[in-house]
Amino acid sequence: MDAIILQILNGLDKGSAYALIALGLTLIFGTLGVVNFAHGALFMIGAFCAVTLSRLIESSRTVIDESRTDFLGNPMEVQVPYVVDWFGESGGAFLIDWAVPLSILFAIPIMITIGWIMERGLIKHFYKRPHADQILVTFGLAIVLQEIIKYFYGANPIPTPAPSAFQGSFDFGVLLGFDPLTILYPYWRLVYFAFAALIIGGVFAFLQFTTFGMVVRAGMADRETVGLLGINIDRRFTIMFGIAAAVAGLAGVMYTPINPPNYHMGMDFLVLSFVVVVVGGMGSLPGAVLAGFLLGILESFASMREVIDLIPGINQVIIYLVAILILLTRPRGLMGRKGVMEE
Amino acid sequence: MTKRHVTRRGVIQTGAIAGAGLALPTYLRAQESGFTNAPQGDTVTLGFNVPQTGPYADEGADELRAFELAVEHLNGEDDGGMLQTFSEKNLDGTGILGRRVEYVTGDTQTKSDAARASARSMIEKDGAIMVSGGSSSGVAVAVQALCQEAGIIFMAGLTHSNDTTGKDKRANGFRHFFNSYMSGAALAPILAAQYGEDRKAYHLTADYNWGYTTEEAIRSSTEAMGWETVAAVKTPLTQTDFSSYIAPVLQSGADVLVLNHYGGNMVNSLTNAVQFGLRQQEANGKQFEIVVPLYSELMARGAGENITGILGSQNWDWKLENELGAKYAGTNAFVQSFGEKYGFPPSQAAHTCYVQTLLYADAVTRAGSFNPCAVVEALEGFEFDGLGNGPTLYRADDHQCFKDVVVVRGKENPENEFDLVEIVEVTPVDQVTYEPDHPQFSGGSLGTCNAGA
Repeated sequence: MDAIILQILNGLDKGSAYALIALGLTLIFGTLGVVNFAHGALFMIGAFCAVTLSRLIESSRTVIDESRTDFLGNPMEVQVPYVVDWFGESGGAFLIDWAVPLSILFAIPIMITIGWIMERGLIKHFYKRPHADQILVTFGLAIVLQEIIKYFYGANPIPTPAPSAFQGSFDFGVLLGFDPLTILYPYWRLVYFAFAALIIGGVFAFLQFTTFGMVVRAGMADRETVGLLGINIDRRFTIMFGIAAAVAGLAGVMYTPINPPNYHMGMDFLVLSFVVVVVGGMGSLPGAVLAGFLLGILESFASMREVIDLIPGINQVIIYLVAILILLTRPRGLMGRKGVMEE
Repeated sequence: MTKRHVTRRGVIQTGAIAGAGLALPTYLRAQESGFTNAPQGDTVTLGFNVPQTGPYADEGADELRAFELAVEHLNGEDDGGMLQTFSEKNLDGTGILGRRVEYVTGDTQTKSDAARASARSMIEKDGAIMVSGGSSSGVAVAVQALCQEAGIIFMAGLTHSNDTTGKDKRANGFRHFFNSYMSGAALAPILAAQYGEDRKAYHLTADYNWGYTTEEAIRSSTEAMGWETVAAVKTPLTQTDFSSYIAPVLQSGADVLVLNHYGGNMVNSLTNAVQFGLRQQEANGKQFEIVVPLYSELMARGAGENITGILGSQNWDWKLENELGAKYAGTNAFVQSFGEKYGFPPSQAAHTCYVQTLLYADAVTRAGSFNPCAVVEALEGFEFDGLGNGPTLYRADDHQCFKDVVVVRGKENPENEFDLVEIVEVTPVDQVTYEPDHPQFSGGSLGTCNAGA
């Protein structure tokens, strides 16, 4: 039982990342009709916003320590962060420790701007082109973006730890009446799940309870009619592109303590996120979220040793098997609109 | 007083004799033929095939730095590096057999097909006489087979799978780097000493060739000293989040987790294992431990403070000579050259590539020929010292180098990003030597050397 609870927790956690990326993907497809293969790159850029802010906060002046030597026998160069000079030992240490959460504030404007530039500068020229063209151009863009990141940050993963207050694990077992240390779960992964729930809830609330959201939803249902009413739906859709980019970026920022970011992390998530969108239903926001968590949980269970022993290799194919099954039996996905992908 | 007559015939005769005399060395050098890419003219071209793109690009960049340094030293530039400490004194800074060394580079992308394509291009278009480098066993095995077919010497870079000098060994291929078996043999006694002989191990193994041979090596070594393997689970090479593989570890009854992962897999699985608090746990009344059989400095940097206290093995470490003395002579000379040129200490991938280049150059010089079969003969059974690993043998039976293996542990309070591991012990070469027909290396044959066209 404890193993099952653990895998459900793992699944919810993995599903959080899938759902956040898929939410942005389906938001773009639902509003602009664009299949955006560069969305994984936005997730990656978000993660590197956290890396960048960490480095900015850790910017240092060099002090020569004559009492120690470096590997060549020269006097050791010691780095003293400016934040320690400005805010004292504890203030500086606090800022360095909390760099990842602080990166949220740093990443939002950057991601919205990148999303806006991407949409206005490139993607809008492909609205009326076939999906194959859109996929090619956005996939090419994704490769360009990741190579730019690699040029500046290298190919190696960069450790970006969570604040020390969130390091370690929470004893879930005790909460559920099990023996201590039976179900341990890392604090930061719980934070990630809560953060994802907050962002997903926020996006839904924005679309559901604001006039702007209402217009966007109307545009998603019937773009032409909304346009005929004199509403500049294109402008709103561009803003939605920026919001989708910010959602992907924030997912990336908060993911950095889970796995050290590297330049190809976006590609690692991209294919899975597309499967999530297809399974959930192209253009369906609740479908993307539901499929994200569902596939995350399924993937976790398929990774259990007992399951692999029973069906070898199932951990590698489970998500794609589900996608095939869904496409065969319900081409519009779990919550897709009738008619979409069914012609 | 004699009168000199300058005649047209005399000028032509004298000019012809002088010209022939001047051209003689070049003519004699050009005599070498009958093998692929026999050098013509005053230069010889080496091919350095390293990952320049893809996830191992940083490791590839470090290999290239080392190759560049080796070429400079062979050509008599810079301070000479390990040429000063190498037990053989045949290399005098005048290139190889009097030919200035030039090089071309290729990008393996850490993909076997791309690596073969770039190696083929360097051999066929650029005339490379030797190919070296690489950061993956799959690539090494693929390029080694290509070099065998082409009649070119392959001096492997970083490749740790048993198969490179086991079932996939080739007469034209040579490996200086250590292998999975050696990691297991080196680590096992230290694991027993540090963690006890009554341990239950849980293996997570990358689902590809290197993962299999490493798991097999560590399992057989640790089981031989009393450890029990409770489970061994294959993880997809493309896996990024290992939480669902790590979560069941504590429930399995294991008290040690062995991560047969390398590169990004290792960084992520180790980070996830530490996040799940495994190292703070007790299992079977003992402190839970994690082992990473193959360490890499660059990957250790990626894992950050998560490597603290984690045991693993290395082919070489830049602190060897400082900490363990003159037996590892050559280490400081190389670190000095590399550090002054690039500003940081070299990785073990850089070291093995540098050493392989010098070993090739020395073998050619001793053989007096670039002919691959002569080079093979010169390297087979060759014993040397002064290249940083202590006394080393290039065994004739499988073209594997035998030398001490370094066991390291993630450092508690590293002073900088290059000082991430501390040397725990060096396992002597005798303890990591195996018979050429050992079961973990069975199934292949060197065959005969191929000199090509």
